[in-house]
Amino acid sequence: MNRYPLWKNALIGLALALGLLYTLPNFFGELPAVQVSPLRATLKADSALMGRVEDILRRGNIAPDGVFLDATGVKARFADTDTQIRAKDLLQAQLGEDYIVALNLLSNNPRWLTAIGALPMYLGLDLRGGVHFLLQVDMRAAIAKKMEASANDIRSTLRDKRIPYAGVTREGQTLTVRFRDAASREKAAAEIARAMPDLELKALEEAGEPRLLATLKPEAQRRTQEFALQQNITTLRNRVNELGVAEPIIQQQGADRVVVQLPGVQDTAKAKDILGRTATLEVRMVDDENTNNPAVLQAAIAGQVPFGTELYYERGGVPILVKRQVVLTGDRINDAQPGFDSQTGEPAVHINLDGTGARIFHQVTRENVGRRMAILLFEKGKGEVVTAPVIRTEIPGGRVQISGRMTTQEARDVALLLRAGALAAPMEIVEERTVGPSLGKENIRVGFRSTWYGFAAIAVFMIAYYALFGVFSIAALAANVLFLVALLSMLQATLTLPGMAGIALTIGMAIDANVLINERIREELRGGVTPQAAIHAGYERAWGTILDSNVTTLIAGLALFAFGSGPVKGFAVVLCLGILTSIFSAVMVSRAIVNLYYGGRRRLDRISIGQVWRPAAQKR
Amino acid sequence: MEWFRIQRDIPFMRYALAFNVISIVTFLAAVGSLAVRGLNWGVDFTGGTVMEVAYPRPADLDQVRHAMARLGFGEALVQHFGTSRDVLIRLPVKQGLTSAKLSELVMDELKKEEAGVQMRRVEFVGPQVGRELFESGALALLFVSIGIVLYLWFRFEWKFGVAAIIANLHDVVIIVGFFSFFQWEFSLPVLAAVLAILGYSVNESVVVFDRVRETFRNRKMRNLTVPQVMDHAITATMSRTIITHGSTQLMVCSMLIFGGEALHYFALALTIGILFGIYSSIFVACPLAMYLGASREDLARPELEKKPGESGAVV
Repeated sequence: MNRYPLWKNALIGLALALGLLYTLPNFFGELPAVQVSPLRATLKADSALMGRVEDILRRGNIAPDGVFLDATGVKARFADTDTQIRAKDLLQAQLGEDYIVALNLLSNNPRWLTAIGALPMYLGLDLRGGVHFLLQVDMRAAIAKKMEASANDIRSTLRDKRIPYAGVTREGQTLTVRFRDAASREKAAAEIARAMPDLELKALEEAGEPRLLATLKPEAQRRTQEFALQQNITTLRNRVNELGVAEPIIQQQGADRVVVQLPGVQDTAKAKDILGRTATLEVRMVDDENTNNPAVLQAAIAGQVPFGTELYYERGGVPILVKRQVVLTGDRINDAQPGFDSQTGEPAVHINLDGTGARIFHQVTRENVGRRMAILLFEKGKGEVVTAPVIRTEIPGGRVQISGRMTTQEARDVALLLRAGALAAPMEIVEERTVGPSLGKENIRVGFRSTWYGFAAIAVFMIAYYALFGVFSIAALAANVLFLVALLSMLQATLTLPGMAGIALTIGMAIDANVLINERIREELRGGVTPQAAIHAGYERAWGTILDSNVTTLIAGLALFAFGSGPVKGFAVVLCLGILTSIFSAVMVSRAIVNLYYGGRRRLDRISIGQVWRPAAQKR
Repeated sequence: MEWFRIQRDIPFMRYALAFNVISIVTFLAAVGSLAVRGLNWGVDFTGGTVMEVAYPRPADLDQVRHAMARLGFGEALVQHFGTSRDVLIRLPVKQGLTSAKLSELVMDELKKEEAGVQMRRVEFVGPQVGRELFESGALALLFVSIGIVLYLWFRFEWKFGVAAIIANLHDVVIIVGFFSFFQWEFSLPVLAAVLAILGYSVNESVVVFDRVRETFRNRKMRNLTVPQVMDHAITATMSRTIITHGSTQLMVCSMLIFGGEALHYFALALTIGILFGIYSSIFVACPLAMYLGASREDLARPELEKKPGESGAVV
């Protein structure tokens, strides 16, 4: 009478098999690996790169344990750390500066498990060691910068349209345009509104002169802030790449914050240094005469650089001699966007300079029509010419367009590089958590040990108290742990120390359901019901209570998830998932075991659930 | 084995007054301690820097303090952490000196005296972030409380809901009171533990109240008085309560003993919480419901009566 239909047994069997399969990867441990990923957006991590890596390793007589390709790059696994370090040095030397070659740990997962998406849980920083930064973007500075650019735009618009004005000043996030008469103010208001739809204009009289107040419209403000944040994230990503971290996490958090997590990084001083660095972009004039003279150029490449110039290479390797004198630095660039030339239709990069930048640029272009100027990007203290366009006309107003000999993709990359060179707004570290690798290892050990001892203690107690039913309960509890770990691995959740504590706590609380069931069965037996009926009734009647007793904990878990941050969130995820898996395993899995063991017996006189004590009152 | 061989219902409610006096005294002591001593807020909430460093041999705290004083951090809190070789240094938020340089400065100074010193952990929280973590913690507490009241309101008559939430919030105050009295560090994980306990121990009240409702509706027990009904319900659920809480307690104690320093206060909060959770859901919630005037009429409405075998939750 206590039998599950075949489909139910099959379902439980399937769940257990899947649980086992997806838990499995966590037991294979990790092997040392080297990760190769492209440093520039233009380079792709593809099978060609994989072939190159394999080729380099083969020629260096290093046999990798496996070479894998994924979205982030090519990973090669090695049997030991010695080989790993040899391989890293070799790859670094052969691939050159365009690729990051970083040490990493790769799961020793068999290929077939990886193929079905069974991967180990991702370990949080408190378990593997590393650095966590929370950076706050100064949004007021971002808006101020935008307004500074707008002031410049207003000046040039009014000058272009020959509208007389007395001056433009910025105070915080408001621009004041002063006029001599109301008529020119009207004209100006119309022009500005047309040219700069982002601005909100207000006319008023002050100190006896007509004025125009300009502020940023709320949606433009929001756009500016989003843009500033995105640009800062891009910049950070480029800089983190220089650190050669295997699996960095750079994410937006909230409206104005960025999380940077660098697993395995120990040199926090260097990390902070690189993250906090400022603009690295320069505009200089090209020394055309010497560059066009092959003899001089050859001599320069050999080491004899003409006086007052420096030798740089364009991307692609064309050498250029550039004057030492810096025309502009990258922090004068407000924005750079890819686009198209309005006349020729060819791909172009539109650059927007700030007020000072525009003035300098205007002067320099006026004096150098027909010559080339170079935009240099400095990374790791090494300069590279991003682009070296010819100046066709003088360029006033700070709006620069670079076009010619560019594909759309190149235009996008140049715009990205121009933007990424500088931060849109200053950032400040508002939270830092660093965990050393030894502490991480110890945390894993300690977390595992306490969970295991607790589980053992509960097992001993349950078996002593409920005999065979205790064994069933413990089997169900073990299944619960299996499901929970499998689910966390499937979701690729990050396991933290509080998360491990959450697993332990879930085990401690999940046994509640089995206690409820066992107590209820005993109670039924006490009432004189036959064992089969007692099992049936026990499970039926305990079900409601089990659901009930989990709801309130689930409420707490959800609240922790909603309001918690970092490790607390990890704890909450484990807690919530653990409640769900525990309901399934305590009720279905333990019932299936009981059914398999007792369910088929027609004449069942007693079941092994420990001693069932009957009150004297009922015996009478 | 059967531990709970209870012949007759234990007259818990006869001692209701005594339990309430104990509760009120502990509660007031907790509130008093909170008022006088306050909480030892962790760096998560106050902002500041915490560093954990490991020495190759037992560390001389005075030496570390001197090193800190040389750097001008006289207010730094220096103490052993777990073992005598591990040292914890707590620094308040410094204007003008953000995390970036601070930890390096300290490490450089410490290395001058003992080259083998190792940095184990640095946590820096800016004052702004600390305030936000505090706010979201308070919000979480509020959300959990409201969620549980709503659930209980939906599940029971209001008197029981109010009784249960008061009983369990009284637990929270007592746990926090412990942290205040002993000046244990109240960090983010401790807050998580407190909230988990709130959810966990409310379900105990749910189980007892379910039994109360069932007893009220049981025709055979028509002539029992309200306190007798409560006694019966508590006695009937006692075995389950103690065994499940005991199991959870086993696990939590294992965390407390073997979990190392990192989980120490988290496990401690859970341990205290589970102990008081049992106590309060039985000895505080039931008398409270009784004082609020819970009666047979509240629960035993005929239209609500369920058929036997369909009863929702019973133990």
